[in-house]
Amino acid sequence: MNGGKSLGDVLRARFGGRAGFAVAEALGETSLTVPAEGLAQTLAELRDDSELAFNQLIDLAGMDYSQHAGGESRGPRFAVVYHLLSLPKNHRLRARVFCADDDFPVVESATAVWPAANWFEREAFDLFGIAFAGHDDLRRILTDYGFVGHPFRKDFPLSGNVEVRYDPQRRRVVYEPVSIEPREVTPRIVREETFGKEGESG
Amino acid sequence: MAEIQNYTMNFGPQHPAAHGVLRLVLELDGEIIERADPHIGLLHRATEKLAEHKTYIQSVPYMDRLDYVSMMANEHAYVMAIEKLCGVSPPLRARYIRVMFDEITRILNHLLWIGAHALDVGAMSMFLYAFREREDLMDCYEAVSGARLHAAYYRPGGVYRDLPEEMPQYKPSKFKSEKDVRALNEARQGTLLDFIEDFARRFPARVDEYETLLTDNRIWKQRTVGIGVVAPERAIALGFTGPMLRGSGVEWDLRKKQPYEVYDKMQFAIPVGANGDCYDRYLVRMAEMRQANEIIKQCAKWLRENPGEVITESHKLAPPSRESMKNNMEELIHHFKLFTEGMHVPAGEAYCAVEHPKGEFGIYLVSDGANKPYRLKIRAPGFAHLAAMDEMARGHMIADAVAIIGTMDIVFGEIDR
Repeated sequence: MNGGKSLGDVLRARFGGRAGFAVAEALGETSLTVPAEGLAQTLAELRDDSELAFNQLIDLAGMDYSQHAGGESRGPRFAVVYHLLSLPKNHRLRARVFCADDDFPVVESATAVWPAANWFEREAFDLFGIAFAGHDDLRRILTDYGFVGHPFRKDFPLSGNVEVRYDPQRRRVVYEPVSIEPREVTPRIVREETFGKEGESG
Repeated sequence: MAEIQNYTMNFGPQHPAAHGVLRLVLELDGEIIERADPHIGLLHRATEKLAEHKTYIQSVPYMDRLDYVSMMANEHAYVMAIEKLCGVSPPLRARYIRVMFDEITRILNHLLWIGAHALDVGAMSMFLYAFREREDLMDCYEAVSGARLHAAYYRPGGVYRDLPEEMPQYKPSKFKSEKDVRALNEARQGTLLDFIEDFARRFPARVDEYETLLTDNRIWKQRTVGIGVVAPERAIALGFTGPMLRGSGVEWDLRKKQPYEVYDKMQFAIPVGANGDCYDRYLVRMAEMRQANEIIKQCAKWLRENPGEVITESHKLAPPSRESMKNNMEELIHHFKLFTEGMHVPAGEAYCAVEHPKGEFGIYLVSDGANKPYRLKIRAPGFAHLAAMDEMARGHMIADAVAIIGTMDIVFGEIDR
């Protein structure tokens, strides 16, 4: 979409020599891994560079890689994934930054670069517990008032930890530990590479 | 003299103009909004987390429940993401059906939006007119999927089944007389395509009716012109998409700029606004309904002339037909595996976006090769729009907050997810 030069080439020319950057292309999408140091500056560069011109932050997602591919994840546990869109250049980019500390994941805030990041960062903080340094209003957004924990982390149970009901004796709503047993209807299965390949021809 | 202080007011979550479960904490100076702080999440169901614990196909109906007024558009982004990861492309006829139903969904969504928006601002009758046409379109949903709202009609690799040869009929009851039923069934005698074409013929005159009621209506203009103005650069920076962005005069539509399915074969225009206020966004959506109607006509014409398959032959994604399943061991195994274990999606990640009636609806899907997604992130257009509530409402009156919520086309199913 960018004349003769692909977005991947532009990114490699711009970031190829710098430490911590990596460009990957798959399924027609371009991904860029960004180091956590100087993140806000890198994002501002992605926005302001005339060849990249990512003037819109489309999405920001928290990621918890702790159980990826069976749980033998070796890299950092948490990451933040930015989906960027350039209206003038009509191209998209996925930028990913890993959080160095698994126990207290923190990255720089993008709110100064794209104001749209405000609520997206609050969401990632709420659901994954990723802190955004420089965000001036980092409150929970989707979970209940007074909620404990970060529900989208892989070690948080699907059924949650507390359940809520109205107690007629005390005449108020009470929180109690969940009474339902965890269950899995369909187990999670990863097949080996060759599975089902011979069936294709038959 | 008495000291006058700012005070804080709760707007919602049970306010009828809060469109569901929005709790808006307004800091007021008299009747002027100093700060608006939306509290969301009252409808949070953790769809993304649930999807991690369900097979791919089991999450399709969850997509309907995100934005529950434009159901099929949500499914579309989800199935496109799966197809992208699997490297499967649906048959051409399925693509036309999807585009046609995306546009039917767009009209469905905009009709509910105009009804609710006008009702909030004080025009009661719009709601009744809009629901008259919605009824016909929901009959189309019912005809293809059996459900009027939560269709689960798009499947990875195509659509669930071909367009039916007949329309469901009304039956006389104590609410509907024989005569009423005959009038209602008159348009429903032929196939679904006949019905859709008949609707597409009738619909432009209906949009004219809505416009007669509103476009030059003095009260409507007083309530919308110059309210919630967003400059184009600001709209982009705030992550606005869809009619919210086009209302500010930015000509951006994924159907044209990054065409998916068969939108590149369709003739249609992108309406844009000039001033970026509520009135311009109203005009943009009205024009979009007319454009959607044109696309429906083009799709219906093509679909009439080109019969064919509507779902992929790859039985790793889509089940085999009942007949072959009962006659063939291989197919039986495929059927059993699909409905117990589900499909396996190759490891990787994909982001797929569609031009949803509300804006850019995206699905970011991460797979590690299992039969369930590793992570599903839903990019809901309304989330970014509502985030700008504070900026848009500041300095306006309380009554204008209602108009601004209306113009954003807020649906909490997608914002809270």
